[in-house]
Amino acid sequence: MRAPSSEVLAGQVLLSVENVSLSFGGVKAIRDVSFDIRKGEIRAIIGPNGAGKTSLLNVINGFYQPQEGRITFRGETREKMRPYAAARGGIARTFQNVALFKGMSALDNIMTGRSLKMNRGFVWQLLRHGPALAEEVEHRRRVEEIIDFLEINAIRRVQVGRLPYGLQKRVELGRALAMEPDLLLLDEPMAGMNLEEKEDMSRFVLDVNNHYGTTIALIEHDMGVVMDLSNRVLVLDYGRKIADGTPDEVKADRNVIDAYLGVAH
Amino acid sequence: MLYREVGQYKTTYEADHAIFPLLQDRIGIAVILAIAFLFVPFTASDFVVNSMLIPILIFALAAIGLNLLTGYAGLISLGTGGFMGVGAYGCYKLATAFPQVNILVPILLSGFFSAAVGVVFGLPSLRIKGFYLAVATLASQFFLSWCFVRVPWLVNYNVSGAIEVPTRTFFGIPITGPNATATTRYLVVLAVVVAMTWLASNLVHGRIGRMWMAVRDMDIAAELIGIRLYRTKLLAFAVSSFYAGVAGAMLVFLWLGASEADSFDINASFLVLFMVIIGGLGSLLGSYLGSVLILGLPIVLRTLPGSLGVPLNSATVEHLQFMIVGALIILFLIVEPNGLARLWQIGKQKLRVWPFPY
Repeated sequence: MRAPSSEVLAGQVLLSVENVSLSFGGVKAIRDVSFDIRKGEIRAIIGPNGAGKTSLLNVINGFYQPQEGRITFRGETREKMRPYAAARGGIARTFQNVALFKGMSALDNIMTGRSLKMNRGFVWQLLRHGPALAEEVEHRRRVEEIIDFLEINAIRRVQVGRLPYGLQKRVELGRALAMEPDLLLLDEPMAGMNLEEKEDMSRFVLDVNNHYGTTIALIEHDMGVVMDLSNRVLVLDYGRKIADGTPDEVKADRNVIDAYLGVAH
Repeated sequence: MLYREVGQYKTTYEADHAIFPLLQDRIGIAVILAIAFLFVPFTASDFVVNSMLIPILIFALAAIGLNLLTGYAGLISLGTGGFMGVGAYGCYKLATAFPQVNILVPILLSGFFSAAVGVVFGLPSLRIKGFYLAVATLASQFFLSWCFVRVPWLVNYNVSGAIEVPTRTFFGIPITGPNATATTRYLVVLAVVVAMTWLASNLVHGRIGRMWMAVRDMDIAAELIGIRLYRTKLLAFAVSSFYAGVAGAMLVFLWLGASEADSFDINASFLVLFMVIIGGLGSLLGSYLGSVLILGLPIVLRTLPGSLGVPLNSATVEHLQFMIVGALIILFLIVEPNGLARLWQIGKQKLRVWPFPY
C-alpha cells in the first residue's frame, strides 16, 4: 500500500473536470462527472466495463468533445479540449488496444513522439544537414535515454508490428514519455499481461512518477495494482461518479462494492 | 559474405542516425552514380538512352512522388497523370512566356503549379480515406484531362492542340527541342532525378517522414501526439504533386518533344500506381525498381526474339510481350506482395548471414 503523501494531498490541482457530460446520440457515456487531478499524484480511474472510463480520458485529451461541462488544465478553463492543444499543453496518453505506428521501428515510433519538440522547418528537413541534423541527433539522444529507461535497447530497430504484446505496450509508453508530458494518461497499461510483466510495468509507472515528477491518470482493472500504485481513486459506473477518495476509502465504499458485486434484489 | 556490418562500430548518434549506416551501401551508391554519370553517357547507344533510360528515370521520379503520398502518408491517389500534365502544361506556359530564362527554371517551377493543384484536390483527404479517396482523386484526373483538351490557352492556341517543345539551351548547349542529343537530355534528367531523390530521402528519414508514416499507420494516435492531420496530409499532397509535376514537365520537354492531352490520361495514373505497388510501397528504391520492371521489361521482351534470331512477326511479339509482362507482374505480386524492394531487403538479410541460413 502506497500512503498518499501529504504534499500530494495538499497539492496544486493540475487538471479539473467540472460537470462534464458526454453522449453519443441517445447513449449517455458520461453523466455530470466532476473530479480533479493534483500535480504529482497517481490517479486511478476504475469501474466496470462500459462505465465511461476511456471516454473520460478521451474528453481530457480532446478526442471527444463533451456536450456540457468545463475542463481546467494548468489554470486555463475551456469548454472542450482539442487534441493539438492537449498535446502542446503536455498531455500524453497510451491506448487500451495498442495504437502504435505498426510499419515503423520502435526507435521511429518513439522519435515520432518528439514531433512537437522539433522545430526545424521544411527546407531544413529537405537538406538534413547542419541544424536539422543536429536537432535530429539531439532528439535521438533524448529518445535513447527513454529506451534505456524502459530497457528496450535490443528491439529499437525492430518493426513494432512484429513485437510481442508486452513489448508493444512498453514502446507505446516510451512514445508517450518522449512527449515529456506533465500529465500522462494510461488506458489499461497492464491489460493482458502476466504477473511478471505487470510488475515491470508497475515499476515503470512508479519510476516515471518519481523520477520525472509526471502526474499520472490510469485506468486499470487489476485491483491489486490500483490499490498499490494510486494516491487517489475515482470510481465510475454507468457514466456516473460513484466514489472518489483514497484507495482505503474507496475499498470500504458501499456503492463501489455494490457496483462490482451487484446488489441483492 | 562481403556485405556485413561486422567491425563497423558506431560511436556517435550522427553515425548511427545516417541514412546509409553501412559502408558497403555507401560504396554501392557511389559506384552506381559514377556509372550513371561517367560511363553510360559515353557507351550507351541512342536507342537505349532514348527509349529506356530517360523514360525509366522520369517515371521513377513520378513513382517517387506517388510513393511519398501513397506509400508514406497512406493516401491513395489516381490523379498522378493529371498532376504530371499540370507540370507539363505549366512548364510550356512558362517556357514560352519567358523564352530567355534557363529551361531548368520553368521545369522546376512547374512543380509548384502542380503542387498547388494537388493541394486543392487533396482537400477531400481530410474527410475520406482508402477507396473513397481514390475515387475523389479519380475525379481530379478526369477534370484535369478535360482541361488539357478543352482549354486552348494551355497550348497557346496551337491549332494542333499539342505542346510543341521549343529549342532551349543550357549554357549554349541545346537540351530541349529537336536539336538536343539524347545524351545531353539523359544527363539533365539524371541530374534532376538524382537530386530530387536525395531530397525525398532526406525528407522521409526526418521528422516529416515520420509524421507521414504516423498518419498512415494510426491517424488517431498521431493526432493525439500533436500531429495536425490536415497539414500533414496536405503537405504530402503538395510534395507528391510537385514531384509528379516535374516528372511531367521533363516527360514532354526532355523525352517526347511534343505531347497531346493523351499522355496524361488515366492510363498514366495507373502506370505510375502499378510501379509503386510492384516496386514496393514506402520505399524509394522500390519506385526505381517498379519503373524498371514496367517500362524496361516490355522493351527487353520486344527486342529479345530479334536479337536471338527467332523469326516472329512484330504483331506476335507485341502480343507475347503483353502476356509475359502481365504474367510476371502477377507472379511478382504472389511471390512478394510487398514489392520488389522487400525482395531486395530479404536478399540483403540473407547476404548478411551467408553461408548460414539465419
